[in-house]
Amino acid sequence: MAKQVPDTRNVGKDAMTPEGTVNRAALAAIFNPEDLNALEMALQLKDRVGNATVHILTMGPQRAADIIREAMFRGADGGYLLSGREFAGSDTLATSYALACALRKINPDIIVAGRQAIDGDTAQVGPQVAEKLDLPQVTYAEELVDVKEGEITIKRRLERGTEVVVSPLPAVITVNSSAKECRPRNAKRVMKYKYALATSELAEAEHNRKAFVEERDYLHIIEFSATDVNPDPEQLGLAGSPTKVKKIENVVFQAKEAKTLTAEDKDIEALMQELIASHTLG
Amino acid sequence: MANFYLDNKDLQYHLSHPLMKRIIELKERNFADAKEYDYAPQDVEDALDSYRRVLEIVGDVCGEVIAPNAEGVDHEGPRVVNDHVEYASGTVRNIEALNEAGLGGMTLPRKYDGLNMPVTCFAMANEMVARADAGFENIWGLQDCAETINEFATEEIKAKFLPRVSAGETCAMDLTEPDAGSDLGAVMLKATWDETAGVWRLNGCKRFITNGDGDISLVLARTEEGTKDARGLSMLIYDKRDGGVKVRRIENKLGIKGSPTCELVFNNAPAVLVGDRKMGLIKYVMSLMNAARLGIAAQSTGLSEAAYREALKYAQEREQFGKPIIKFAAVSEMLKNMEAKTIASRALLYETARFVDIYKQLTHISHDRSLEAEERAEMKFYNRLADGFTPLAKMFASEYANEVAYDSIQIHGGSGYMKDYACERLYRDARIMNIYEGTTQLQVVAAINHVTKGTYLEQIMRYEEVEHSEATKAMAEKLVELRKVYEQVVERVESLDKETAGYKDFHSRRLVEIAGYIIISHILLRQADEMTEEYLNPTKIFVKYATKKITEAASYINESETSDVELFR
Repeated sequence: MAKQVPDTRNVGKDAMTPEGTVNRAALAAIFNPEDLNALEMALQLKDRVGNATVHILTMGPQRAADIIREAMFRGADGGYLLSGREFAGSDTLATSYALACALRKINPDIIVAGRQAIDGDTAQVGPQVAEKLDLPQVTYAEELVDVKEGEITIKRRLERGTEVVVSPLPAVITVNSSAKECRPRNAKRVMKYKYALATSELAEAEHNRKAFVEERDYLHIIEFSATDVNPDPEQLGLAGSPTKVKKIENVVFQAKEAKTLTAEDKDIEALMQELIASHTLG
Repeated sequence: MANFYLDNKDLQYHLSHPLMKRIIELKERNFADAKEYDYAPQDVEDALDSYRRVLEIVGDVCGEVIAPNAEGVDHEGPRVVNDHVEYASGTVRNIEALNEAGLGGMTLPRKYDGLNMPVTCFAMANEMVARADAGFENIWGLQDCAETINEFATEEIKAKFLPRVSAGETCAMDLTEPDAGSDLGAVMLKATWDETAGVWRLNGCKRFITNGDGDISLVLARTEEGTKDARGLSMLIYDKRDGGVKVRRIENKLGIKGSPTCELVFNNAPAVLVGDRKMGLIKYVMSLMNAARLGIAAQSTGLSEAAYREALKYAQEREQFGKPIIKFAAVSEMLKNMEAKTIASRALLYETARFVDIYKQLTHISHDRSLEAEERAEMKFYNRLADGFTPLAKMFASEYANEVAYDSIQIHGGSGYMKDYACERLYRDARIMNIYEGTTQLQVVAAINHVTKGTYLEQIMRYEEVEHSEATKAMAEKLVELRKVYEQVVERVESLDKETAGYKDFHSRRLVEIAGYIIISHILLRQADEMTEEYLNPTKIFVKYATKKITEAASYINESETSDVELFR
């Protein structure tokens, strides 16, 4: 599972709309960083097992097909785009519901996702999907230790150390940014998959491109609409989202919060004590 | 997210050159591969798009992996462990990333798992890798040894070794020995035929071998017992998997410290012959060297780019007397000259690479079918230009890399002399570039023939036929004047050389440089016509600089008597 997100790491002054929602037009759309760590772990799984395929599932507008192509350039075999107006306005609950519906249809052996997306930072979708599918979950995964028939061993990154756990399969694994970085795009794969299109993109493609893609199955990104995944409409999109944003406030740091210190040891010592006492440090 | 391709408009410009279309047509031969390989292009536009995408990957790996590793590699360096080279950890990581990106065998045909890209694109990749880490570029750039294998070896040898290069195995060319540096005809490493095993056996020593412990090595060796000159030398391939070569030591060098320069001991090492016996130096090393020289031109251009950028960044950030030092005329003039030299290196480099591409590709085609008369003429035409331009490109780019790196430190002031900034590493790395793969002095020896034979003059006349915009017209007229100066001094030198042998030798570097300045200026003029905003200023700066240099050299020649030759003996 992966998500296309606005690049909130490079935020400018137009990042938010006056209504308090993210101004997607002002921010580049990128592959959610921890989903790239997850992709790498999935590709490592494939490297180890050999006879396996890696597919990306993403929910989003048509242009989210970009991250499926990106994943194919880096080693994924293909992908599924879950797209449609019915999904608009989904919070984590509605998102995980929609994804779970699609996953029931795809029926994978292992589901790997990033820990959280940089636009919402909730880290809820992965675990919610696991609950909905009644699967075991391993969160904060940092390293794939081993995988064998019906069982996976994962090293988890915790606040004060690491932990190695064994989980039965199928399972949902959410991956931390401390895991191995994703491998780069591969030259031959880029040349092979650069024309890959999702179903709705294909319908809009110009004649020659359309014919070219239609002749080649591997260039076809499968697109699911809401009806394709048999959901309960009440649980989709805005209707299925109990989260309501009450208000968004701009936080402006003011000069009165600043403190002037001398370079003397006792001043620095005092500040350290204060920060430790307030649990800002340590 | 640093990307050394996307952040470099000048590099991108060269991919859009009109000659690329012809190069692609020759490289793809009616796009026949598209039926067999899912990554082969359908047409010219598709091919160009693929090149751009692949170069973007190179730019990403360079910016995100190789450049951040460069300092660590410079400090750590490679070591000898159990008679073999162990790379610095950053080097290992660089190789891993490039191999994950599938960038081995960039120019090799698809049937050997290559990417079938033009030499021009490979040079671009090399330039970016060198900008990230010049020493590492040596290791990676040596994949061009595979081009020589592809051109001259049997199908059996190609099928064995080339896919391994595509998979990312590294190469080496084992040419020099303690008593055979610039004079390769003196190579003594002995090759004897082992009848029982059916292989050649190599015995002896090689020295100054870059990446000497590479997976696949091209070795220049003496197969003809009793001979002492170039005619007894052949080219062989040694496969590291077979064993028989020990690394005695790694040289401790001034720069490019990540690149292991090895002394090798061959002890009955098995090897296979490439092409014909006795043609080792005469034919195959010449081919290897031409490719390697273009590689150094690319490496040098990458280094200039890095040194210029370091200096620019520092000059913008460093404040003195209440303003950034870039605001001082003396500093900004240096920076503008550095920029112009970098753009000039690149212009000459890719002009040369395009010539090489066309003639090399026609050569490959001629192995499969006989060429039409027109194609034969085209091949001859570009072959001559490639031969003439390669030493020029190597010489100018490597000398400029040194000048730009020198000025980069100067702009950093005292800080630049400390180990804290990258400019000191770049300065050390640059120093080898006008030495190895033929010193500048040897490039002059190769280039002077083209002064005499008229290769440069003919090409300059062709450039003069180009129509210019209002913006560059005056410069074009200036270049015509300078061409006349060139003709005059060439005539003077040639006629006086008839009186006093050695007079032409004495002035050869000056003559070659004059030709080079005019040629580079013409290429830049064309760029300024096409993209005025980007190129007009640096072109003006370069033409001014070229005018000064030509005037100075011409004046020296015209003032010089034949007796001057004795002065310097």
